[in-house]
Amino acid sequence: MNYNWNWGIFFQPNPMGTGTYLDMLLSGLALTLKTAGLAWIIALITGSIVGVMRTLPSKGAYWFGFAYVEFFRNMPLLVQLFLWFFVLPEILPKAAGLWLKQLPNAPFWTAAIGVGLFMSARVAVQLQAGISSLPRGQKMAATALGLTTVQGYRYVLLPMAFRIILPPLTSEFLNTIKNTAVAITIGLLELTGQARSMQEFSFQVFEAFTAATILYLLVNAVVVTAMRFLERWVAIPGYITGK
Amino acid sequence: MKHFRSIGLALAATFAVSQAGAQELTGTLKNIKDTGAITLGFRDSSIPFSYLDDNQKPVGFAMDICYKIVDAVKKELKLDKLEVKLNPVTSATRIPLMANGTIDLECGSTTNNAERQKQVAFTNTHFLTASRYVFKKSSGLKSIEDLKGKTVVSTAGTTNIKQLTEANVAKGLGANIIPAKDHAEAFLMVETDRAVAFVMDDILLASLVAGSKSPDDYVISKDAFSKPEPYGIMLRKDDAAFKKVVDAATAAVYTSGEGQKIYEKWFTAKIPPKGLNLNTPISAELKNEFAKPSDSPNPDDYK
Repeated sequence: MNYNWNWGIFFQPNPMGTGTYLDMLLSGLALTLKTAGLAWIIALITGSIVGVMRTLPSKGAYWFGFAYVEFFRNMPLLVQLFLWFFVLPEILPKAAGLWLKQLPNAPFWTAAIGVGLFMSARVAVQLQAGISSLPRGQKMAATALGLTTVQGYRYVLLPMAFRIILPPLTSEFLNTIKNTAVAITIGLLELTGQARSMQEFSFQVFEAFTAATILYLLVNAVVVTAMRFLERWVAIPGYITGK
Repeated sequence: MKHFRSIGLALAATFAVSQAGAQELTGTLKNIKDTGAITLGFRDSSIPFSYLDDNQKPVGFAMDICYKIVDAVKKELKLDKLEVKLNPVTSATRIPLMANGTIDLECGSTTNNAERQKQVAFTNTHFLTASRYVFKKSSGLKSIEDLKGKTVVSTAGTTNIKQLTEANVAKGLGANIIPAKDHAEAFLMVETDRAVAFVMDDILLASLVAGSKSPDDYVISKDAFSKPEPYGIMLRKDDAAFKKVVDAATAAVYTSGEGQKIYEKWFTAKIPPKGLNLNTPISAELKNEFAKPSDSPNPDDYK
């Protein structure tokens, strides 16, 4: 290797005039966290609704949930973001399309919603698996107590199912954070995007991506630790995740 | 593989004996002599500098210059045969592949600037390009000032987006600057009215316009965001012997008038694969550069 290492590069001013190269990466990290946070909220809410639909006795609800999951899960995320960002505004009526295109921070909203919907299909499958793994008697007991279907889900099935699927949900959350990197394809300068900018400006490619890797690892370590605490806090004795 | 290597070693040994007394080779030159091959890095869509034609073969202005360098290296090393290997690179891979020795020359459209010279070296400038913007004729823009308050796109990580940001502050434009992943996507933003203008090297804009669905709809601004900046063919840093050969080769091509002929082949005539014509006659600055070749990263040195 004939590479000129320069770890001091992070403390040199970046050419955009926004502080040092490190500031550039940190602003990318902040954007990554914002995008991932919003995407995860969307994924949890829509994923839970769709996941529940897939376990309801109603055939219509089941098929809707099935179609939703297959649509969002089977198309590469990269393609989905491209469709949302470039194709959707073109097929809408002209005025609506133009409004969408000129929305401030369009790449951010598209990325958060796009990643959120993609991940929601995965959350839905997890939740469906969680609910199906509960003994049949749980649902029957809820009905016997006089709870309606909604109440049965609200007070019995969902609290149990969510606890059971907490470990896989942690990994879905980590995936959400990592998946935001795809957003550079629609021009969102999140952490990976800023690392790429840094390597284009300075040609210090290994330093840029080493820093990005470390920042991703740090964030994921924080998430994993926090989720372990949450798991311990909500664990039910006698169940898979309990002691 | 093993046999080839031992044959190679035997050959190398023979050469070493026959070359005894000649000065010791080092770095890239030694490597080329030992392996009997030189590797050129090319871009797949940097029209007309380095791109794939319809046979998936890399061609272009920078490729032609690189082949001239290959000839000179062959002559310098007194080789009967020099194998040319071609290796695709992107803006993200060109540095790692140069650093780890995969490619010996990068033949593309890489801006030579002082910051990058801390990492690599460049030979004599083969093109000069200023930062301008492309817009739809229908939007009626004229000067940089007309971008006030508008959405403007440029490619992330380029010198152009930096100049645009600086101009935005210096001229108080208040334009909304959005970064795009690559040139094609940035141009798409203008095509789909997501942005009114795309700021980029004028030559790249010319090739994007020439290749678009309706080239007549687009105009490239007269106003520029920068002085013309040099493009150079990239090589490894701290390899003075190799650089000397490469510099001498490119200087010979440019000063002999051959450089201008190659220029005309790619910029004022139809080029493969679609028979586009970029219609970009040689600039006075580049003509001067060809007369007095220079590898300076400073735009002020090209007048």
